Amino acid sequence: MLDSEVPQEGNSTLGGQRKAMYARGADGKLHIVQSAGWEVEEIVTRQAVEDLNRLAEDARQRVIAGQTSPLEYHMHRARMDVPLLSQVTGLWQWRIRRHFRPDIFQGLSTGLLKRYGDAMGLTVEQLKKAP
Amino acid sequence: MMEFQHSHASHCESGVMSAMLRHLGLPISEAMAFGLSSALSFAYLPIIKINGLPLVAYRMPPKFIIKGLQKPLGLKMRFETFRSPEAGEKRLNELLAAGQLVGMQTSVFWLPYMPEDLRFHFNAHNVLAYGRDAASGDYQLSDPVVETTVTCAPADLRRARFAKGVLAPKGLLYYPEGKPSEPDWAKVLPKAIKKTTRILLDSPIPIIGVRGIRRLAKAIGRLDAAGKPAAAKMFIGQVVRMQEEIGTGGGGFRFIYAAFLQEAAERLARPGLNELSETLIDIGDEWREFALSTARMIRDREPLNPAKLADKLCAIADREQVFFRDLRRAA
Repeated sequence: MLDSEVPQEGNSTLGGQRKAMYARGADGKLHIVQSAGWEVEEIVTRQAVEDLNRLAEDARQRVIAGQTSPLEYHMHRARMDVPLLSQVTGLWQWRIRRHFRPDIFQGLSTGLLKRYGDAMGLTVEQLKKAP
Repeated sequence: MMEFQHSHASHCESGVMSAMLRHLGLPISEAMAFGLSSALSFAYLPIIKINGLPLVAYRMPPKFIIKGLQKPLGLKMRFETFRSPEAGEKRLNELLAAGQLVGMQTSVFWLPYMPEDLRFHFNAHNVLAYGRDAASGDYQLSDPVVETTVTCAPADLRRARFAKGVLAPKGLLYYPEGKPSEPDWAKVLPKAIKKTTRILLDSPIPIIGVRGIRRLAKAIGRLDAAGKPAAAKMFIGQVVRMQEEIGTGGGGFRFIYAAFLQEAAERLARPGLNELSETLIDIGDEWREFALSTARMIRDREPLNPAKLADKLCAIADREQVFFRDLRRAA
């Protein structure tokens, strides 16, 4: 890759930051060039982010329909899945899945809710409802 | 507060070590830190899943660079992990108060200065702490992949250092004991290069090195483009994310290693390594072409064709095999 080939397409997923790339200068030596982003990176990052957003939106619809608890929505919002949430909270995966049932989620103790909240950086109040 | 010079790098771990060594009076480039620790690799790990997708890595596992630089530079690094966040925070404050530059392992997800879209649960991101703001208590950090220095509130940093999950950092801190010394380049460079060729050519397990590239090609060739196009796109997208997005300097670290070879050529006065560096830049460009095709297929600008991507990967594997054999001979 030559200096002139370093993409400067503006990658929205970088949030205005630039990244360091290695490219060849006029003297033939490789050196660091700041890149404003490559569309390829933007496409694959957006793909991953959109997939996570899709899961969260899907969960939100099911919360409204009464099919799942806000916990599942917040888990996806925090870009987690059940295995990760299980590792962070120290709860069994089946127990977390059980807490996705709205009736059971209703009856959870504040202590348990706090544990979930801490794992995702939310207060108990925030955790209890999905927007 | 200590005098500290921040520099922008492609990769967190090599960037942290390059900045730390310069701070200790041994100016070593990021590419040299990367190459000298033999960090270049390829691994396709179908057993380790991230959000349900197999892990693909273009370098050796985390901490490999930090540990790998100890021997050639005669440097002793000290590593500390903590059971409780309070103890970890206290120790960090002590070290900073004593004027120590401290490396830390963190989770990208909890670092507020990172762009929102890049904040995934990746637990092995390296940053340096060089001080604390007296008024706000915020930590002053040098994150090599960010252009300037940043600050981070204690609560956020605590979360980032004590995140859980795969590769949990457990509050890991590291700092040098003693000073590094200028190595005997004629000895350490060939050794580091040979080690890299061993990793890429002679791995006993078929998922590491050039064989790993072929194994990944096979897995991509098997993807069901007609039946499950969305799943197939997620799979190939993940590969490109690991290759380009996460700070590799482009082409899955191939360009950064080519930069290392140029430096090695100069230090050893062996122009042969310069020619090899040219070849590796070419291979890096091929990795970028693979990424470009993949992205086009994800966006349906060209028809989704996993077999075509698999062929491209096989071609890259063949080229890398020849390249690393030549490199072995040259070292």
